[in-house]
Amino acid sequence: MTQVVRPPITAQSPAQPGASFGGITRQPSPTPVQRNSPNFPAIQASPEFTALRRRLRRFVFPMSALFFVWYLTYVLLAAYARDFMSHRLFGSVNVGLVLGLLQFVSTIAITIAYVRFTRDKVDPQVAAIRASAGVSDK
Amino acid sequence: MIMTASLPYAAEVPSDDLGSPLLNTAIFAGFVVVTLYIVYRVSNRNKSTSDYYAAGSAFTGSQNGVAITGDYLSAASFLGIAGAIAVHGYDGFLYSIGFLVAWLVALLLVAELVRNTGRFTMGDVLAYRMRQRPVRAAAATSTLVISFFYMLAQMAGAGGLVALLLGVHDKGGQALVITVVGLIMIFYVLVGGMKGTTWVQIIKASILVVTVVLITVFLLGKFGFSISALLDEAAANNTNGSNVLAPGVQYGATPISRLDFVSLSLALILGAAGLPHVLMRFYTVPNAREARRSVVWAVGAMAIFYLATLIIGYGASALVGSNTILASTGKENSAAPLLAFEIGGPLLLGIIAAVAFATILAVVAGLTITASASFAHDVYANIFRDGKAEPAAEVRVARLTAVVVGVLAMAGGILANGQNVAFLVALAFAFAASANLSTLLYSLFWKRFNTTGTLCGMYVGLGSCLLLVIFSPVMSGAETSIFSGVDFHVFPLSNPGIVSIPLSFLAGYLGTVFSKERADTVKQAEMEVRSLTGIGAEVVR
Repeated sequence: MTQVVRPPITAQSPAQPGASFGGITRQPSPTPVQRNSPNFPAIQASPEFTALRRRLRRFVFPMSALFFVWYLTYVLLAAYARDFMSHRLFGSVNVGLVLGLLQFVSTIAITIAYVRFTRDKVDPQVAAIRASAGVSDK
Repeated sequence: MIMTASLPYAAEVPSDDLGSPLLNTAIFAGFVVVTLYIVYRVSNRNKSTSDYYAAGSAFTGSQNGVAITGDYLSAASFLGIAGAIAVHGYDGFLYSIGFLVAWLVALLLVAELVRNTGRFTMGDVLAYRMRQRPVRAAAATSTLVISFFYMLAQMAGAGGLVALLLGVHDKGGQALVITVVGLIMIFYVLVGGMKGTTWVQIIKASILVVTVVLITVFLLGKFGFSISALLDEAAANNTNGSNVLAPGVQYGATPISRLDFVSLSLALILGAAGLPHVLMRFYTVPNAREARRSVVWAVGAMAIFYLATLIIGYGASALVGSNTILASTGKENSAAPLLAFEIGGPLLLGIIAAVAFATILAVVAGLTITASASFAHDVYANIFRDGKAEPAAEVRVARLTAVVVGVLAMAGGILANGQNVAFLVALAFAFAASANLSTLLYSLFWKRFNTTGTLCGMYVGLGSCLLLVIFSPVMSGAETSIFSGVDFHVFPLSNPGIVSIPLSFLAGYLGTVFSKERADTVKQAEMEVRSLTGIGAEVVR
C-alpha cells in the first residue's frame, strides 16, 4: 500500500480553515459531511498516520494485556490460593488486602502513564495530521 | 449489585424501621426539588438530536467524568458492595476491584475511538463501515436488552429500599413509591434530555462520593487511623470471624462456586466498556481528549469511592455486626444505612437514604435516555427512515420511547419487587462483554471485520448469555432459584461470562473469515482515520 506519490490529503481549500463547519447547523444522520470531505484512504496510507497508529497500538495493546493478566492473576489467587492470600503481613493486613490495593495502584498508574503518553506522543501527531488534512483545531 | 444473595428484600417483619421516614423523605424531596430546578434551567434548548442525545457535546471532560461515575455507581453497587463486605468480608472487595479495573479497557481501547467515530449511540460505531440496517438492528437489540435488564434490577431494588428507609412495608405502598420515582425519572429525561440527565448524575455522584468519604474519614478516626484495628474489630463482630479478612467466604465453598467467581470477574472487567449507557456518555463531550479526561476523572472518583466502601463495609461489620445486619429488613443492603444510623443518627441515615434513592433515580434516567436514543436513532431514523429522518421527528420518537421505557421500568419494578433479580446486573455486564465489547474491538481494530462477523458476534454473545442463564442455577435447581421446585438446569455457573465472552469473540472471527463478503475498505479507512484523529468527527451544533 505504500504510495510513492502521495495524493493530496484533502479536497478542502486551505484558504478558509474551519469555515466548512460553521454553516452546518444540524445533521440528522451520523454519516460525515460529504462536501469537502477529506481523502480518508490517502490519510490512512500516509506515513504520518501509519506511524501514529503503530505508536498508539504499541502502547495500548501491551498495556491492556498487562493489566488483564495482572487482574486475572489476582482473581485466580483469590479463588484458588486462599492460604496465600490470608497470610498476614503486618497487623491484620494480609497479602490479599495488599494485592487488592495494588490493583488500585496499578489502575491509577496505568491511567497516569496513558495520559502522559498521549499528551507527549499522540496528541501532537494527531494535531499535525489534522492540520495537513485542513481540519482546524479549536 | 451482583451478589445473588443481596437483593431479595421481600417485605419482612415491619418492626425495625430505621430513623425517621419523614426525615428521609424530606431530604430526598430536597434533592428532587434541587435537581428538578436545575434540569428545568439547563433545558431551554433541547430541540436538535444533538441536544437531546448528547447535550450538544458541550460538557467538559471533568463534568462528564463525574457524570460517568454517577451512571456507573448504582444503588446496588453502593449498598450492595458495602453490605457484601460487611457480611462476607473480602469477597465483597473483589467486586470493587473488578468494577474499577474495568475502566482501563474503556480508557485504553474504547473511549476516545468511540467518541471520534460515533455521534449518539453504540450503533453509530458498530454500523459505521457495515451494512446499516442489520447491524443497527443488532446494536439496538443489544442496547435495549441490556438497558432493560439493568433497569429492572435497579427498580426491583427500589421496593426494598422503600421498605427499609421509608417504612413502607405493604406492596401497594411500595408500588406507589416506585411509580412516583419512575414519574420523576421520566420527567428528568423528557424535560432535561441528556443535558438535564447529566446534571442529575453530576449532583448525585458528588453527594455520593463526598458522603462516603466523610463517613470513611470518621470511621478511620474512630479506629485511630489504624486499618489493623478496624479489621480486627470487623472480624470480631462477624459470624465468620477472621475468615472475612481473606477471600473465599462467599465463593470459596466449592470448585463450581470458585469458577463462578472467575466467570463473574471476567464479565465485570470486560463488561463496563460495553455498557451502552456508559458508551453514550462519551458523546456528551466535544472531542477525544475530553473523552479521555472523562475516564481519568471517573477512574479517580471511583478509586476513592471503592476504597471508601471497603472501609465502610468493614466498619459496618465492626460497629453494627453481621448478625444485626442480616436480621434487619434489607439484610446485606442495610449495612451502610445501619452504619450511618450508628455513627450519625437519623440525619446521616436520612442523607444516605436520599443518596440511595437519588442513585436509583439517576441510574434509571441514564438507562432510559440510552434506550430511547437507541430506538429513535438506530431503529426509527436509520432503519425505518433510512437515515433521512427529520431531527424534530427523531427527538419526538425518542421522547415517546423514553415514556414507554419509563413505564415499562415502573411496571417491571413493581412486578419484580421482592424478586431476586440481582443476577440481572451481572447478566447485563456479561451481555455487554460478550455482545458489545467483542464487536466494538473488532470493528475498531480489525480491518477485515465485516457485517457477517458483527452479526455473528453480537447475536451469539447475546444468545449464549441468555441460554446459559436460562439453564443455570439462577433459574432452577437451587434454593435461591427464581423457579423453585423445578430443576431444568444443565449449566452449573450462575454467570455465563467465562463461556459466552470467548464464544462471541470466536463467532465474530469465524463469521468474518467464513463469509464471502469483503470489508468496505474505503469506509474502513474513513473509520480508522476518524477514530484515531477525529477528522470528520467535528461537533455539529
